[in-house]
Amino acid sequence: MKNSKYLLLRRTTQVGLMFLYFAANAYGWKILTGTFGASYVFDTIPLADPYTTLQVLATGFVLGTDVLLGAAIITMFYFVVGGRAFCAWVCPINMVTDLANWLRRKLNLDKKEVNYRFLKRSARYWILVLGLLVSALVGVAAFEVVSPITIMQRGLVFGFGMGFAVVLAIFLFDLFGVKNGWCGHLCPLGAAYSIIGSKSLVRVKHNHEACTACMDCKTVCPENQVLHMIDKESISVTDGECTNCGRCVDVCNDDALGFGIRSFMDVSRTESETLG
Amino acid sequence: MATTFQSVGLAALGGMLWSGYTDSVKASPLVLRPPGALKEEDFLTACIKCGLCAEACVNRDTNIDKETGLPRPGTLQMAKGGDSVLIGTPFFIPTEVPCYMCEDIPCVPVCPSGALDMASLLDEKEELDITKSKMGLAVVHKESCIAFWGIQCDACYRACPLLDVAITLEYQKNDRTGKHAFLLPVVQDNACTGCGLCEIACVTEKPAIFVLPNDVAKGKAGDHYVKGWDVKDQVRVGDAHSETTTTDISKRDAGDYLNMEVEY
Repeated sequence: MKNSKYLLLRRTTQVGLMFLYFAANAYGWKILTGTFGASYVFDTIPLADPYTTLQVLATGFVLGTDVLLGAAIITMFYFVVGGRAFCAWVCPINMVTDLANWLRRKLNLDKKEVNYRFLKRSARYWILVLGLLVSALVGVAAFEVVSPITIMQRGLVFGFGMGFAVVLAIFLFDLFGVKNGWCGHLCPLGAAYSIIGSKSLVRVKHNHEACTACMDCKTVCPENQVLHMIDKESISVTDGECTNCGRCVDVCNDDALGFGIRSFMDVSRTESETLG
Repeated sequence: MATTFQSVGLAALGGMLWSGYTDSVKASPLVLRPPGALKEEDFLTACIKCGLCAEACVNRDTNIDKETGLPRPGTLQMAKGGDSVLIGTPFFIPTEVPCYMCEDIPCVPVCPSGALDMASLLDEKEELDITKSKMGLAVVHKESCIAFWGIQCDACYRACPLLDVAITLEYQKNDRTGKHAFLLPVVQDNACTGCGLCEIACVTEKPAIFVLPNDVAKGKAGDHYVKGWDVKDQVRVGDAHSETTTTDISKRDAGDYLNMEVEY
């Protein structure tokens, strides 16, 4: 039985936050009201989704100050703790795609690593920009019309309706279609958080000396391109696409991976090595 | 290079499909929005789909069922897939739960984005006044309204929160029987908020009075016409400007039209 400390912590956080959102509607709790688009903590501190905010601003509508302030707070928070910590620790779709990914491994659907010509992991950045362009063109926040993230969250808080089909579609796409298809290739919100967290302080650190090159970490990692240093050099995972999910730390039996504060020395050393 | 070119092309394709889809799903003209909502097109732009209005609506103190002590369903729903309303935006269906026109309007001040405009609901004393809201307009279908049959029914009139203001009763002689009176409900556009309490109160199988969005329910005379003997109405068209159009003089003889086939 491998260690599942961070997995359990993440599931607790995800389910706990979703329950607080649910309870705000169902029982009138004021701990965390609203949904990702805009929420309030204890009815006072505003929070808002930075990418949604950008989309609405792209349409030319000047949003209320609470939304702008909320988006700034969220951006600052993830700038420090790692942008895609949202993906791994908050987003409910993560549970759907993690399940699809787990099933993929159990059903041995991962034997061949497919390299799609036009479905690279960079597609999400194109979609991120496209979403802003479409918002400006049509006059409606474009990603919010199709986003399975907010559809699922509102589904949990207010009831799903046919929105369930969207969540199921993401599950099937990730299970039978592209591995890590949604979160790793398409989701523009994840792309936005990758950019926000690209200089974040909280990072996974690799200890090359302790590593036995079992590659378990690369098997479970949903963004395993960020683990390029495994068994090569002792540096932090600095790529913004790392979701800080901690699965690699969980599965590592050699204590070669752990969370730490980004050391900017590491980066400069790598850079100098590369340079000369 | 070729790949970049292809990527740009595919992105353009995706963008067009995305735009087309977004543009079609935002067209839902038969929807009633919360009080203070901006004009539908601006509302769709501004709403951040957070659901704070719906949460404030369902959890308001006045929504507790006095018998069970539990909250009743709220008026405002958040559009789900299959509702034919832009997903995630708040709306209400009067026959399910009408708007009870709370005096403190809990749904509006909580709106963080500005999609629900509190300023539009303030009276001269800068206090919230729900009677200023314009969610829609009640319309009477007189053929199915039994008051027009001569039956005395004033269900909508009694249910209206603005009793005898937003719906008035017009007395008319019933010429069909020659002996009786009609008590006909008439909706007053300047007072009706579109709350829908009349619609849910209506006794007919399918309500004969129903709320429609303002854009759907209302016509517009424009400024080509002025009410006679009404100085105020001349003020209304004060800014009207003339349009000059030229039509070629017909070469036909004045009598020709009698012998012409009508063209459609």
